[in-house]
Amino acid sequence: MGNKMLKRNDMIMMGIVLLIALISLGFFFLNKKEGSAVIITVDGEIYQQTELDQNNTIKIKQDNGDYNEVIIEDGYVWMTDADCPDKLCVKHNKIHYDHETIVCLPHKVVVEIVGGEENTVDIIAK
Amino acid sequence: MKTKKITIFGVLIALAFILSYIESLIPIPIPVPGIKLGLANLVVITGLYVMGEKEAFVLSLIRILLVSFTFGSPSTLLFSFAGGILSCFCMILMKQIGKFSLTGVSIAGGVAHNIGQVFIAILVVNNILMIYYLPFLLISGLVTGLVIGMVGALIVGSVKKYHLVTGNNN
Ligand SMILES: [Zn+2]
Repeated sequence: MGNKMLKRNDMIMMGIVLLIALISLGFFFLNKKEGSAVIITVDGEIYQQTELDQNNTIKIKQDNGDYNEVIIEDGYVWMTDADCPDKLCVKHNKIHYDHETIVCLPHKVVVEIVGGEENTVDIIAK
Repeated sequence: MKTKKITIFGVLIALAFILSYIESLIPIPIPVPGIKLGLANLVVITGLYVMGEKEAFVLSLIRILLVSFTFGSPSTLLFSFAGGILSCFCMILMKQIGKFSLTGVSIAGGVAHNIGQVFIAILVVNNILMIYYLPFLLISGLVTGLVIGMVGALIVGSVKKYHLVTGNNN
């Protein structure tokens, strides 16, 4: 071993990575606002869209039998049930803010909150 | 391959198993199942410095396959594969550049590991929003890589000190 554990170049690299992380974090944070719609997609296709301030229980049943259940209550969204093998989506915290997501990877289900009117108008028009 | 090398290979694979098991017990506050800290990179960086590039790559492949079949599911295999291979190539490249210490190489590996995982997450769920987890994963890759690098430097140091391997590289 002998030589120092960290060289100057290592420090520079760490600094750059940290900087990129912090800048993108700051950028995301500044864009964080209360969300207004919930979009559920299955394999990239929109399955259902609904309002965040409207309490609701959504069952996502896919043709292959995959099943997930999402609850929207008082502006918060969470997954209550799923028959996926890992159940990580069910364990996920409630989401509330713009751009927050809950993912069920085995079922390719993404629940996301979107805030901007421009987004919702687009999708409703479809 | 010499007997000594085969022995070290075996020990490193065993270590990869233990690390992957520990890793599977640590919850990560990121809602994408399959994303891992990348502790098993310790094994790859040790292999890289004790044996060489080819060996490190083979080691990475073996550990990804074995560990995924033992602790994972098909979806975790994808993540391990993308993260592991990207990280391995990145570490080999950084070592070749020669301007970074073992710890620095390990940090680059940790960061690359997580970048690979985010890209797979984007592809798998078909949703660009996964990019939002990149800052957290960059930082976690940095910290994991730093810790692994320091431990790795100690291991590589003692392996060489006791001449467990007749090293053909620095
Ligand atoms: Zn799930």
